[in-house]
Amino acid sequence: MIISVASGKGGTGKTTVAVNLALSLNNVQLLDCDVEEPNCHIFIKPVFEHRNTVFIPIPRVDQTKCDGCGRCQEVCVYNAIAIAKKKVLIFPELCHGCGSCTHFCPHDAIKEENKEIGVVEIGEKSEIQFIYGKLHIGEMMAPPVIRAVKKHINKKRTVIIDAPPGTSCPVITAVKGTDFVILVTEPTPFGLNDLSLAVKVVRKLKIPFGVIINRSDLGNEKTDEFCTSEHIPVLMRIPFSKKIAEIYSRGDSIIEALPGYREKFQRLFAKIKKVKISQG
Amino acid sequence: MKVAISSSGTTVESEVDLRFGRCPYYIIYDTEAESFEHVENKSGQAMGGAGIQAAQMVSDMNVESLITGNIGPNAFRVLSAASIKIYSGATGKIKDAVEKFKKGEYKQVNGPDVAPHFGMGRK
Repeated sequence: MIISVASGKGGTGKTTVAVNLALSLNNVQLLDCDVEEPNCHIFIKPVFEHRNTVFIPIPRVDQTKCDGCGRCQEVCVYNAIAIAKKKVLIFPELCHGCGSCTHFCPHDAIKEENKEIGVVEIGEKSEIQFIYGKLHIGEMMAPPVIRAVKKHINKKRTVIIDAPPGTSCPVITAVKGTDFVILVTEPTPFGLNDLSLAVKVVRKLKIPFGVIINRSDLGNEKTDEFCTSEHIPVLMRIPFSKKIAEIYSRGDSIIEALPGYREKFQRLFAKIKKVKISQG
Repeated sequence: MKVAISSSGTTVESEVDLRFGRCPYYIIYDTEAESFEHVENKSGQAMGGAGIQAAQMVSDMNVESLITGNIGPNAFRVLSAASIKIYSGATGKIKDAVEKFKKGEYKQVNGPDVAPHFGMGRK
């Protein structure tokens, strides 16, 4: 089973949930797909054995073949190409590497060259195979790096994906194709607003899901009311605790530092399997 | 000569829009005919690359000069490749900006004066 951990709002506790769930189970693969700022490795402390580079193809124009017809500019939906005085100008940082310009060029004047945008690292730590992606500084295209991480999914294991925050392309790339989504939230107005957006995304993707309320004794009742009225199962509640914050700040895991949490996360996994069947 | 001005509206009474790429309209002023027309900036709401496509549109209209508030690096690259003269720092009504332009009160810029995404309203 592939479980992704997403949130809407950032800083609600995705990494805490993903890491501790992974550490509570056997035969796990943990994928950190928050490639703009991956941090699961701080808690897992794996030994990295492999490092792969992620490229996207960027167009390069052969000026001897190009007559400035502008077809490439027309077909680029990402606004990465302009034509000025019959000369093609390419803006690589806007290019998604879709290949349309190359495909539609009537003069075969465009060749693609690889541009490095990030890396994927693979390592092990006892029961866990750990993989994460890292987008290079200044690069904007997270999805190709996320896809490169997800290529390593091994379905013989329980796969846990730590997704980026938000509701845009990187989140959808991370969550797509997974069997269950855990939405981590906090009972605050911001938490609830972003949760309701994330719920819309997950419903559109038709993936079974449930909610974890972190810092559950803070804020107000609105998040619970929302989950009840939308018939969304609350899978787990994690209290607002100075101890948990300290453990997190040291880069340690809750399940190793606090008694009872390993069992709580194992029960969470059992509950996910049940909810998945009832929603699927 | 045709001059494009980034505008918040469709008439000479409209205010100059300080954003080149994400303004809703351009007023095109013809210096010989002393006439004005307006065109919609179709890429003003683009997800990305608004400045690039706006510059593309302006250069496709055979404009010789551009008056605007601020110009970003991507739009600057396209406009300079198209040899369009850029005058930035304009404010107030379109008709006043045109008068100032005619008197030579605006300085031509040689480089971008704001970072990308200036017109997105965040830093």
